[in-house]
Amino acid sequence: MNQTREPKTDSNLEKILAAGHLAVTSECGPPRGSDADLIKKKAEIIKNHVDAINITDNQTSVTRLCSLASCIHLKLMGLEPVLQMVVRDRNRIAIQSDVLGAASFDIRNMLCLSGDHQKFGDSPQGQNVFDLDSMQLIQTVRRMRDEGKFLGGDEIKRPPKLFVGAAANPFADPFEIRVRRLAKKVAAGAEFIQTQCIYNIERFEEWMRQVRDRGLHEKVYILAGLTPLKSAGMAKYMKNRVPGMDVPDDVVKRMSGVPKDKQPDEGINICVESVQRLKEVEGVAGFHIMAIEWEEKVPEIVERGGLYPRPNP
Amino acid sequence: MRLRYPDSIRIIRLPCTGKVDVGYLLRAFEKGADGVYVVGCMEGDCRYNRGNLRAKKRVAEARRILDIVGIGGDRVQMFNLSSAEGPKFAQIAVDMTEKIKAMGPNPLKLKKMKKAA
Amino acid sequence: MIVAERKSIEEIIEYIKDRDKVLIVGCNECVTVCEAGGKKEVGVLASALRMYFMNQGKEIKIDEVTMERQCDHEYLEEIRNIVDQYQAIVSLACGVGVQFMSEKYFKTQVYPGVNTCFMGVTEERGVWSERCQGCGQCILATTGGICPVSRCAKRLLNGPCGGSSKGMCEIGGEVPCAWQIIIDKLTALGRLDDYEKLAPIKDWSKERAGGPRKVVREDVRQ
Repeated sequence: MNQTREPKTDSNLEKILAAGHLAVTSECGPPRGSDADLIKKKAEIIKNHVDAINITDNQTSVTRLCSLASCIHLKLMGLEPVLQMVVRDRNRIAIQSDVLGAASFDIRNMLCLSGDHQKFGDSPQGQNVFDLDSMQLIQTVRRMRDEGKFLGGDEIKRPPKLFVGAAANPFADPFEIRVRRLAKKVAAGAEFIQTQCIYNIERFEEWMRQVRDRGLHEKVYILAGLTPLKSAGMAKYMKNRVPGMDVPDDVVKRMSGVPKDKQPDEGINICVESVQRLKEVEGVAGFHIMAIEWEEKVPEIVERGGLYPRPNP
Repeated sequence: MRLRYPDSIRIIRLPCTGKVDVGYLLRAFEKGADGVYVVGCMEGDCRYNRGNLRAKKRVAEARRILDIVGIGGDRVQMFNLSSAEGPKFAQIAVDMTEKIKAMGPNPLKLKKMKKAA
Repeated sequence: MIVAERKSIEEIIEYIKDRDKVLIVGCNECVTVCEAGGKKEVGVLASALRMYFMNQGKEIKIDEVTMERQCDHEYLEEIRNIVDQYQAIVSLACGVGVQFMSEKYFKTQVYPGVNTCFMGVTEERGVWSERCQGCGQCILATTGGICPVSRCAKRLLNGPCGGSSKGMCEIGGEVPCAWQIIIDKLTALGRLDDYEKLAPIKDWSKERAGGPRKVVREDVRQ
């Protein structure tokens, strides 16, 4: 259980974290079309098992229904969305404008990201923007909220009240600055962190130890990221082909060691065990479960992980 | 060795094939040569270290350009041998001449003749 | 220097195929160093074009000249007496030279013979890579002399992003992660603590975004 702190916004996610509970968030990817029902259905599956739902923002540079519109749909359903915003596609005018757009619907959470390079997606010939980087985005949103001012200095009528988060990857290169980078994000104003998915618990624990040494766990809520493996093939793919991912050999072995039709179950088992182990790590304030195209498993993971029912904010 | 090789070949001597520029090769064809070949030391044995490797790349570039402009990159080729291999030198001359004869004259010659006519 | 690469011969053929008299003009500076538009390249291009058109049965006069630079009035003057003899010029200078030539000889069509790419260095003969994008507000003092604007694919001023892997950028193609290099350099300088300083939001009005730029030195103007 973490120390209780005073929440600064009306965000349910923040209130739960501030009260010292372990928070649970998950994510949904919007469709490649304008049918909002597709995202609403995903949200329905997980809504009772999470405190907030991230909506990805043209992830991997593949054009999709925008995060902001999806968040609005979820908000209108009475759910708590987390607006993910990348700086790849927007200049500072559009950024501030979209922040106000989210705030106008009282969307209360935001995750500030760089964004994958556009060459990976469906528009490799497009321009990219990067007017601000993700750290400067954090600073911008905090300034809009806490000072009520646009970047240009003018006053904002009804400033946004957003709970501001960022991503962290304990496993990425360069290794030597992983904790410094977290410190930088905290200094920029990040209030919560969702990490890249964790398979190497020991290495994550080591990162957390260094995080605690600097007292960062008391300045920012750290949600440990988890993605259940569907197959041994997925484990190997993530191990070998995805940069910034650390999948230990024994995890791969464990997945390979069961027959193919049992592998999804084993992946869920590993995920649940990770939840239980990470609960014991000081400074872990919650979990961010990314079950891409496997949203239906989130309730099981949350329940078996002992995180159900979700507390009221 | 006084070996025989075709007299339709004009030999241009260089201290090293590394001195061959793409421009020289092209100009030869511009002036009506039917074929050009570059003979250099064995790879790894270049007297001036890597000149023959440079020539190899330049010959490849000349071939590429000659294909684009319609002359035919096959008309230029590089061979490697050591200075002791007289018979091989003569054989290359024979082989190259036969190859070029089979390809026919430089198409530019015909165009020039047409123009003159 | 400015690094350019040769346009394909096919593209240049397209430009000049309806002309009878063309001048190929090279430049002795940057494009010579990156082997795209110097005297040698002019010679090769002119020769190739002559052979192509001759082979097509088309009469065309293709002349060659290489000047010191094409970005100064004085040097461009060198061809004033001959320029009207030609229907078109193919300039192998960088985009700067092509334009200046085109502005100066307003009635002459000037075609580009190279694709101008970036400001960069010769890593080794035959390999040139980007180092500067002319952002107009150099921040190299804070990044150990390594530029995140030109060498980071996302021009992050507080990088790296999560895609940095084993010192390489996520875009692949053997592009190094600029922030890995910056971190290594700061470490070598004993200044890794500087890494935690938050780089402020950049004023992009000094670069392309602000519109075409000009530098004026009143004290040296005639």
